[in-house]
Amino acid sequence: MSVLVNEMTRVIVQGVTGREGGFHASQMIAYGTKVVAGVTPGKGGTLHNDVPVFNTVAETVRATQANAAAIFVPPPFAADAMLEAIDAGLPLVVCITEGVPTLDMVRVAAALRGSRTRLIGPNCPGIISPGKCKIGIMPGQIHREGHVGVVSRSGTLTYEAVGQLTHLGIGQSTCIGIGGDPIIGTSFLDAMRLFNDDPDTHAIVMIGEIGGNAEQQAAEFIRGHVRKPVVGFIAGQTAPPGRRMGHAGAIISGGSGTAKEKYEVMAAAGIHCVQSPADIGQTLAAALSKSVAR
Amino acid sequence: MKIHEYQAKEIFRRFGVPTPRGEMVTTAEDARKVAQKLGVPVVVVKAQIHAGGRGKGGGVKLARSADEAAKLASKILGMNLITPQTCPGGRIVRRLLVEEGLDIKHELYLSVLVDRAVEAPVVLGSAAGGMEIEEVARENPAAILSETIGPAVGLQPYIARKLAFSLGLTAELAQAAVPFLQSLYRAFIETDASLAEINPLVVTDDGRLIALDAKMNFDDNALYRHNEEDPLEVEASNYKLNYIKLDGTVGCMVNGAGLAMATMDIIKLAGGAPANFLDVGGGASADQVKNAFKILTSDKEVRSVFINIFGGILRCDVLATGVVAAARELQLKLPVVVRMEGTNVEQGRQILRDSGLNFTIGENMKDGAEKAVRLAGGAR
Repeated sequence: MSVLVNEMTRVIVQGVTGREGGFHASQMIAYGTKVVAGVTPGKGGTLHNDVPVFNTVAETVRATQANAAAIFVPPPFAADAMLEAIDAGLPLVVCITEGVPTLDMVRVAAALRGSRTRLIGPNCPGIISPGKCKIGIMPGQIHREGHVGVVSRSGTLTYEAVGQLTHLGIGQSTCIGIGGDPIIGTSFLDAMRLFNDDPDTHAIVMIGEIGGNAEQQAAEFIRGHVRKPVVGFIAGQTAPPGRRMGHAGAIISGGSGTAKEKYEVMAAAGIHCVQSPADIGQTLAAALSKSVAR
Repeated sequence: MKIHEYQAKEIFRRFGVPTPRGEMVTTAEDARKVAQKLGVPVVVVKAQIHAGGRGKGGGVKLARSADEAAKLASKILGMNLITPQTCPGGRIVRRLLVEEGLDIKHELYLSVLVDRAVEAPVVLGSAAGGMEIEEVARENPAAILSETIGPAVGLQPYIARKLAFSLGLTAELAQAAVPFLQSLYRAFIETDASLAEINPLVVTDDGRLIALDAKMNFDDNALYRHNEEDPLEVEASNYKLNYIKLDGTVGCMVNGAGLAMATMDIIKLAGGAPANFLDVGGGASADQVKNAFKILTSDKEVRSVFINIFGGILRCDVLATGVVAAARELQLKLPVVVRMEGTNVEQGRQILRDSGLNFTIGENMKDGAEKAVRLAGGAR
C-alpha cells in the first residue's frame, strides 16, 4: 500500500523532449515507473527514447488511459501545462518546474478548485512509492519499500531524511515533496490526511521550513486526528530573521513563521521534534519501536 | 526583487495612481533646481535606500526653501543611514527624492499582496496610516481590513467602495477610491509584483487621495516577463544567485534551500557558525558552481568550506567538476570538506580524487559539519 501512486499508475511526461524531461523520463522508466507517453506540442507522432509523443494532453489521455502527469516544461509555460492537465481530468499532476510566477499559480489554484485533479508542486522533487512508482527527480536508489510516509517542502533535505531511514533499514510507503513555493497544490495538511488514512503507513516524517504556517496547520490536525508517530524537523533555526521570510505575507496568516514558533506548536501536538537534521532517522526508529511496544 | 520609492512611484504614475509631484536627484544642486521647479512653500527631501524606517533614521526632512533643500540634500547624500530595517552597518544614501509637501488631513494604509493561505491576491487597508502594518497586526488585528480578489473577476468597483467606507472615507472619496484601487491593482498584476504598499496613503486638505509613500517588491520568478522595464532591469542582474552573507567562518555550498538551511543549523549545533547561506539550485551547471564557489570564498571571514550536496536533479559529477575548476583557478588555500550523496555520486567522488587537490571527505552531514567546524578553528 501507498498513497497517490502505485503499480497501477500510468504516467505521461509533459516536456518529454526537453533536456530535463528526457533525462528524468528515462530515469523513471529505469526505476520501473509505467511511463506510457510524452507530450510536446508540435512533436506528436514521433518517438523520444522509445516513448510515444503526442501534441496535447487530452489526446494522450484518450490514447493511453494515463492517470498521472509529470511536468518538466520551463517556467514560462508551466502554468499552461498544469491547466492543460487539469482540463484533461488527470487525477494526479506532479509539477517539477522551479520558478513558476506566483500570479500564474493563483490562476492554477483557482482551476484546481472543483476539479478532480490533485496537484503536487510546483518546485518539488515529486512523489515516490518505493519499488512501485517514481514520478519526479529524486534518486531512486536511496529509497526502500516500507511503512514510513515522508512529506517535505524541500527536495534535497527529503533525500537526506530518506537516506537516513534507509540506512537504518527503515523503508518508506510513499515520499512526497510538496514544493517550496508560496502557492502549491498539496499542503502538509493534505499529505498528513492521506498518510493517516493509509493503513500501510505506520509512521510519518514531516520536514518543514521557516515561513508561512503550513506546518502549524498540519500540527493542529495531528493533535486531533493522528495516532501514528510523527517526527518533525524545521529547517532554518539559525536563519537571520527578516531575510528570507515573506514580509507582509505572514501577517494575514497571523504568525511570523519562525522555527521556534513552529517547534512549539508541533511539540504541543505530540510530534517528536528533531533539532539536528542528522537525527531524523534515529528519532523515527526510536518512536516506532516505542509505539510498537505500546 | 526590491526597487526604490521613486521607481515605485514612476510605476504608480504609469498606471494612474496619484503620487506627489517630484524628481529623483543625485546632487545637492539638482535638489535645489527641483525644489525651485516645484514652486511650493514646503518640499520633502527623502533618502532612497532599500529599507523602511527612513524617517526615524534622519533620512526624510522638510525644507522651506530651495536653498534649504540643497543644504539638506548635501547633508543626506553620502550619509550612512541606519534604520531598524537596515543591516546594523546601515546603507549609504546615493539618491534622493525631492517632492512637493502636501497638507495632510489624515493618513491611511493600503497594500496589495498575494496571500498564500487563500492562494489569491488580497487588498489590505487600515485606518492607522504611517504605522507599520506588522505592528498593527500584532496590537490590533481587527483594525486591518482584508479583501480577497478572485483572479478571474478582478478588483471590482464594489470592493473599492467597501474598503473605502469601512476606512471611514466620505462618499466623495469613496468614489475616488475606485479608480485609485483599480489602478493600483493593475500595477500589481501587470508588473508581477509580490507587494505594492502605500504607507501612508493620504487624504489632503483639498480632498484628494495620494500615495505619499510607495513600495513595490517583485516576484523573482516572473522577472523574465519584464525585461523591457527599466527599474526592474536595473536590479535584476544578479538575481539568479541565492546567497545571503552571515557572520560566521564556515562557508557553505549546498543544493536546495531546505538542505542549505539545515546545513546552517547543523554547523551551529557542531559549535561553529555559518558564513553564508548559498543554494546553488537545482539545474546548476559546472560554470555556475564555479562562480558560486568564487563568491563564497571571497568572503574574508571564511576559514573553511563545507560542500553538502545530495544529488537529485543536480548531478554530483557536475558539482565536482565545478568545484575542482574553481579550486584550481583560485589556487584555493582554504580547507574544503565535501559531503556528496545521490545521483552520480561515484563519478563525483572519482573526479575529486583524480583532481589531486586536498579535499576532506565528510561521511555524512554531521561528520562533514564537525570536520568543517574543526578546520575553521572550532567554535568562536
